[in-house]
Amino acid sequence: MAFDRREFLKISAGVTGAASLGALTGCATTSTNKAYKVVIVGAGFGGATCARYLKMWEPKIEVTIIEPNANFVSCPTSNGVLAGLTKMEDITFTYDYLKKAVNHWVTDTVTGIDTAGRTVKTAGGATISYDRLILAGGIELMFDKVEGYNAEAQKTIMHAWKAGPQTATLRKQLEAMQDGGTFVMSVPMAPYRCPPGPYERACQVATYLKKAKPKSKIIILDGNPDIASKKGLFLAAWTKHYGYGTANSMIEYRPNNMPRSVDPVKMMVGTEFDDVKGDVINVVPPMRAAAICQMAGVRNDSSNTWCPIDYRSFESLTVKNVHVLGDSTLTNFPKSGSVANNTGKMAAAAIVEMFNGREPDSAPVVTNTCYSASTEGTAFHVATVFRYSPAKTAADGKVTPAAMIAQKGGGVSKEESELEFAYMESWAKNVWADTLGLPG
Amino acid sequence: MKKTLAISLMFAGALGALSATSAQAIDTKARFMAANCAYCHGPDGKSRGAIPSLAGLEKGYFVDQMKAFRDGSRPATVMQKHAMGYTDAEFEQLGAWFAALK
Repeated sequence: MAFDRREFLKISAGVTGAASLGALTGCATTSTNKAYKVVIVGAGFGGATCARYLKMWEPKIEVTIIEPNANFVSCPTSNGVLAGLTKMEDITFTYDYLKKAVNHWVTDTVTGIDTAGRTVKTAGGATISYDRLILAGGIELMFDKVEGYNAEAQKTIMHAWKAGPQTATLRKQLEAMQDGGTFVMSVPMAPYRCPPGPYERACQVATYLKKAKPKSKIIILDGNPDIASKKGLFLAAWTKHYGYGTANSMIEYRPNNMPRSVDPVKMMVGTEFDDVKGDVINVVPPMRAAAICQMAGVRNDSSNTWCPIDYRSFESLTVKNVHVLGDSTLTNFPKSGSVANNTGKMAAAAIVEMFNGREPDSAPVVTNTCYSASTEGTAFHVATVFRYSPAKTAADGKVTPAAMIAQKGGGVSKEESELEFAYMESWAKNVWADTLGLPG
Repeated sequence: MKKTLAISLMFAGALGALSATSAQAIDTKARFMAANCAYCHGPDGKSRGAIPSLAGLEKGYFVDQMKAFRDGSRPATVMQKHAMGYTDAEFEQLGAWFAALK
């Protein structure tokens, strides 16, 4: 791995004052130690958190992050942008603090992974070696599973399931829609990123339409047989605020309606049953673990969709020294931002223990908390504590997804509340700070 | 290669200087469990917004509150669900950890 002078200067600039001077003059005795290199691909909730906690818990580990995007854009609370309650700048954050926390930052895209030689290649031509590789690339959307959802169609039909320009465009489309228009949105088959997200999206878009365009309709085409998350709470919110169950309901919910095709000219979504016309169409295609997981040969569950991992380290069950975080993994966890953040810490804790010649925690306990907004001022949650059970391994000794067991007592809110909306806002600020090292 | 080494050394030194606890024995299990709380309660137990901070809470108070959440005597939105998933021993570990955070 080569560093040019510019990179060296950039890295030097990240270290301030006396500490860096001390390091230059005082640490010559450790010069025979070979650096232990962890390379993290992707600085989302999983990868960024993992990097920060690795450096906090074991500063001797040399951490490199490879991330193509200039800024962090948060999926959680991005539905608020669609409602006009949140601005893109409210969910967009600098990587500057994270850059200072790690050893090397590479703004680039990974194009190849050699797990035998333990190197990663980037589009920019760099070859970066690792002792441990951490893949935190989130999800890959499978547009080819929806007929007609090609590059041209993607200019008109947004998924907005990776927050960013797609989110901003979908908001503009909703703003441009006339009163009396129809917003058609879809829910992919579970498991998918953010289980309550689509139903929250319906709430948030309805919040906006109720005020600005009250004659409009929302049609939810759900590939699943039923509401996949927080069902009772969403039904109650739709009923209370958006007329669900009456002839004038703003929201029409259609289960078992997987979008099979899209037509951006006729503005239609085709399902098994019929063609549904919309003024604004928002189709979220099926998804699988990020493409980098395929490059490393770890996207290898029975359908080559997700990555089986060992819960004690988040190392791939089949490829040594490759760990996978967050939404890409095959686990019992919901694919949430909170879980991605915590999987970063689980992997960091295990790697630090192994680096220091100790065994990782054999029975980690970890939680998920996930808030959804039902209106512009109310929200509700689901919360679960998970505990790893060493007994729940397969006959061959391999860890199974079922080995992480939801503890009794977990579940959802009794009802929506303003207090939980305040907690949701606080959660977002804290998880952003925890992930990116933002100052208080 | 020389430059790589120089960079590593600088960082090992710079960050090492910041982590003063490295010489003491660390309860890594408690450290991980406490870190788990950070996505709601803030990094190092210091919260932004409506969710309470945990840093510096007196250990006995922390343990009592967790038990009160668990048995329902302290009303809560999410905390009963979390409290029911941990053991008394883990409450003690977490309480000690947060009490030590300034």
